[in-house]
Amino acid sequence: MTLTETPPAASVKQPIRPPRKRLRYALTVAVFLLPSAVPLLLFTLIPMAGSLWTSLHEWNLITPMKWVGLDNYADLLSSEETRAAFGHTLYFIAGYLPLVYAGGLGLAMLLNRAMKGRDLFRAIYFLPVVTSWVVVALLWKWLLNPASGIVNWAIGLVGLEGPGWWTDPDWAMPSIILASAWKDLGFVMIILLAGLQAIPNEYLEAARVDGANAWQRFRRITLPLLSPSTFFVVVISLINGFQVFDQVHVMTGGGPAGATQVVVEQVYNLTFKYGRAGAASALSWLLFAVVLVVTLIQVRGQRRWVNYG
Amino acid sequence: MARAGRYVVVGLGALIMLFPFAWAVITSLTPAGAVLQTPPDFTPEGAGFGAYERLLETMPFWRIMFNSLWIAVASTVFQLVTSSMAAYAFARLPFPGRGALFAVYLATLMVPLQVLVVPLFIEMRTFNLTDTYFAVLAPTIASAFGVFLLRQAVRQVPKEFDEAAVLDGAGHFRIFALVVLPLIRPALATFAIFGFMASWNSFLWPLVIIRSPEFMTLPLGLANLHGQFTTEWNVVMAGSVVSVVPILVLYLFAQKHVIASVAQSGLK
Repeated sequence: MTLTETPPAASVKQPIRPPRKRLRYALTVAVFLLPSAVPLLLFTLIPMAGSLWTSLHEWNLITPMKWVGLDNYADLLSSEETRAAFGHTLYFIAGYLPLVYAGGLGLAMLLNRAMKGRDLFRAIYFLPVVTSWVVVALLWKWLLNPASGIVNWAIGLVGLEGPGWWTDPDWAMPSIILASAWKDLGFVMIILLAGLQAIPNEYLEAARVDGANAWQRFRRITLPLLSPSTFFVVVISLINGFQVFDQVHVMTGGGPAGATQVVVEQVYNLTFKYGRAGAASALSWLLFAVVLVVTLIQVRGQRRWVNYG
Repeated sequence: MARAGRYVVVGLGALIMLFPFAWAVITSLTPAGAVLQTPPDFTPEGAGFGAYERLLETMPFWRIMFNSLWIAVASTVFQLVTSSMAAYAFARLPFPGRGALFAVYLATLMVPLQVLVVPLFIEMRTFNLTDTYFAVLAPTIASAFGVFLLRQAVRQVPKEFDEAAVLDGAGHFRIFALVVLPLIRPALATFAIFGFMASWNSFLWPLVIIRSPEFMTLPLGLANLHGQFTTEWNVVMAGSVVSVVPILVLYLFAQKHVIASVAQSGLK
């Protein structure tokens, strides 16, 4: 990602243009840029400014706004609910990320060798990725139905009693994590598989000749050379993880007893349930700041462990 | 031996991936009375399409599906057009302040949707546009991600090609349409896939801006259906099954390309 300009070719750029030609050129540039610039201005930049402005007010979306300065931020930073919302979001990430990474890496290693039906398996594992979050959430809500779901029935077959899943405050987040990992496993697998395929076979061969066993080859060659793909997966998963919403909204709506109230669910509820648009906007900026800092730390820290060969 | 073990593990995993879909189909064919039964009734006795009929009675399902399809197609087409044009300008048309403007584009890429949801909702309400197709589409007309992705592709088109066209008397519009666009087709396809999937799956924004069933998209319609029929899982699963079919068909056709696009995104 560089912002440097490449010098334009002589025939494309005409340094000295007569006024009419210059006007025509300016018009050409405008025609190429306005179709994207106008929507971005109207539907991204202006709402951004609006959101900042709203976050400095108390507002229920109906009566006029009331200026409160930075009070919304101060309130949020000291509130129990905010801490809980970030706590639940971190709980989600802590469960989800190791699960998809370990699962995705295992599958990618298994599929990284010539085998019959590899393309078919790859396509099957990727199927949930193209399915919408709402459908995935509904499928799993039904599978994990405490009374009539097939999962608890199967657990019952071996003589155990299945948990209350999304109806139980202790099991609701694990239920969401399970459904999310199932959906994204194929995505992580595909990214890591592409990374594995980019590792030259000679390296592994040379290590084998030198007497390195399978674990040593994995630990000393595969993992370090896979680190750019790992980095990508971790960065993307953290960004998405902090913004988790769809599956939570459908599976639990933040419940039971607030056990899965994640940050974006909180933003939604503050606005549309409690009529606190100012606080909601402030919270969304707080979340943005957290994601930005976490991402920057990773980009900064990548030198220590990411090996670009 | 190790080889057989590999097949067993990969095969079991594939079953875990497929089972939720299969179970949804089975549930959707189960008669209302038997859905909540424990243990589940595996006999096909009484199976039928009752849940599907009920689904079509209770909500304008075909319309909702059609909404999702055309909104996804329109949003993809808009993004392809607006992004490729901007990409051409940023790669080929020098003008003062171009670098700064590009930086503004990139900055919008970092702002997550939930920051924009409240003010966007208010903006739409101010112009009386809530509960319209336009409102669902508007935030997806332009894509900074697309501009970034396609600009990289345009920059890789050798300048000599443009110059040859200029010598033939072509202006920028013709160079763009006849020289550059055909040469960046792979990038356009990748971006189209991401754009379509994003629109097809989007939930938060339609949830905020749409109230009437006739303007709903599938994710919203399904979430609503679930809200109405909390215990009639056969109807909810019928809706899920039907909504998966179009994307499944598309996926079967474009599967290789979809996977290749995603794989590539991680190598950059």
